[in-house]
Amino acid sequence: MSIQEIQEEIIEEFAMFEDWMQRYEYMIDLGKTLPLIAPEFKTDDNIIKGCQSKVWVHAELKETQLEFTADSDAIITKGIIAILIRTFSNQHPKDILDANTDFIDQIGLKEHLSPTRANGLVSMIKQIKMYAIAFQTQLN
Amino acid sequence: MFDVNNIRKDFPILSRTVNGKPLVYFDNAATSQTPNQVIDVIADYYRNYNANIHRGVHTLSQEATDAYEAARNTIKSHFNAAHAHEIIMTSGTTHSINIIASGYTQLLKKGDELIVSAMEHHSNIVPWQMLCERTGAILKVIPMNHSGVLEMDVFNDLLCEKTKLVFVNHVSNALGTLNPIEEIIRQAHAVDAKVLIDGAQAAPHIKADVQALDVDFYVTSAHKLCGPTGVGMLYGKENILNLLPPYQGGGEMIAEVRFEKTTYADLPHKFEAGTPNISGGIAFGAALDYMNGIGLEAIAAYEQELLDYGTDKLKAIEGVKIYGEAPQKTAVISFNVNEIHPYDIGSILDKLGIAVRTGHHCAQPIMDFYKIPGTVRASFSFYNTKEEIDMMIKALNRAIQMLK
Repeated sequence: MSIQEIQEEIIEEFAMFEDWMQRYEYMIDLGKTLPLIAPEFKTDDNIIKGCQSKVWVHAELKETQLEFTADSDAIITKGIIAILIRTFSNQHPKDILDANTDFIDQIGLKEHLSPTRANGLVSMIKQIKMYAIAFQTQLN
Repeated sequence: MFDVNNIRKDFPILSRTVNGKPLVYFDNAATSQTPNQVIDVIADYYRNYNANIHRGVHTLSQEATDAYEAARNTIKSHFNAAHAHEIIMTSGTTHSINIIASGYTQLLKKGDELIVSAMEHHSNIVPWQMLCERTGAILKVIPMNHSGVLEMDVFNDLLCEKTKLVFVNHVSNALGTLNPIEEIIRQAHAVDAKVLIDGAQAAPHIKADVQALDVDFYVTSAHKLCGPTGVGMLYGKENILNLLPPYQGGGEMIAEVRFEKTTYADLPHKFEAGTPNISGGIAFGAALDYMNGIGLEAIAAYEQELLDYGTDKLKAIEGVKIYGEAPQKTAVISFNVNEIHPYDIGSILDKLGIAVRTGHHCAQPIMDFYKIPGTVRASFSFYNTKEEIDMMIKALNRAIQMLK
């Protein structure tokens, strides 16, 4: 599936929920499906700055596609990063770079997150795009 | 007679809703809410006599100057300073501490020792670390025990003839511990060290008498005690403040300016460069008047009730661990539930209208001490109620259910 298609799928899923409570519960469940980062990559260097909780993200190139793994010490944050990874994992770095992230607003995530966490969300997206830039250069 | 229902009417913000729920504001240790009596003073200033102070001959400037200086006098009386010029108006506690830390650059030499406590806010650590870097002075730390009480026998051992400054908070922002500042000041003075007390967390609950304490510097912020943000004070003994150089250069702090040499104004203006936060200063005075109108003793007694009630209710929840259980503390409860990240709890409480603080509370050394990423912190004020605590407990139970 393309990034666009995955985003549409996520928007559809979140549209089923009537209130923030159900959304949070769903995010907590999504967190449990997160492809976990290998312990050796769970280092201070891989911690994303700007989040109140700790978030680690690692990327590996599989042929021409980027595969992401991650973890967080907070459950809700784990759900958020799971949504991002579902969107961007197993995609070409160029497609990751070109993708917009408006779907975050559309699933009501940003409006339901405190400003500090929304900043953390921005930092997570930035980190994913940084990985894409790095591997894009490698592919060229 | 203390009547919380009447008091609540003074605070318009308390009647708003958050996420469709009535607001329960339990982040008072970060900033307090503002009563109409203070809001009105700020609006009145801008509506009727907004002018720059200390220089204009015109009526508005005179009125503004009088109101600003009257506020300084109110602050002076509240803290029982000997002179109004010992009260320096600042932008807040952090600014106040930086004035002293900067001023001591020329007074210290390599090998001099400074003593800080293990339970300080970053604002009362970092400026002194920077001072140590500039001067070669050494920073020593008074440790604390697991209840969040300072180990005073270690403090006694740390003190020596090399000790020049001791800086401790009156009350810890993360734990609520009330520190034995009388004893700290007495012991520090015995070796001729000066003492700065960070009163940011204490001032809303305890009336500090700077002369009775014999403290050298006492600092606080208006926004912790129902005043506006961006204004605070530095109390310093006249003879010591006179030894310190100005912090910033600019208008207001000068006597005469010549390109060959500028001479500085006397206290307090020497430390008050530039146009100050005039409405904020005036409102700081109004906030103290408001708090004194209710009475700090009545406030402290009521908050103690809230603290006891909240502590009992929280302890009844399985898995709750409270950090900071000093016998004497203010109405601050820092806690975690099992291994749940404080941020997860705080996010869900917010959705239920409950405002608490989560994180390290700008006191990372304390979190490192307990080996935790942070805590959830509920801090009560005199306008909070037991019913609100019940609402928090209900919301917390729901959050735990979701997160377990």
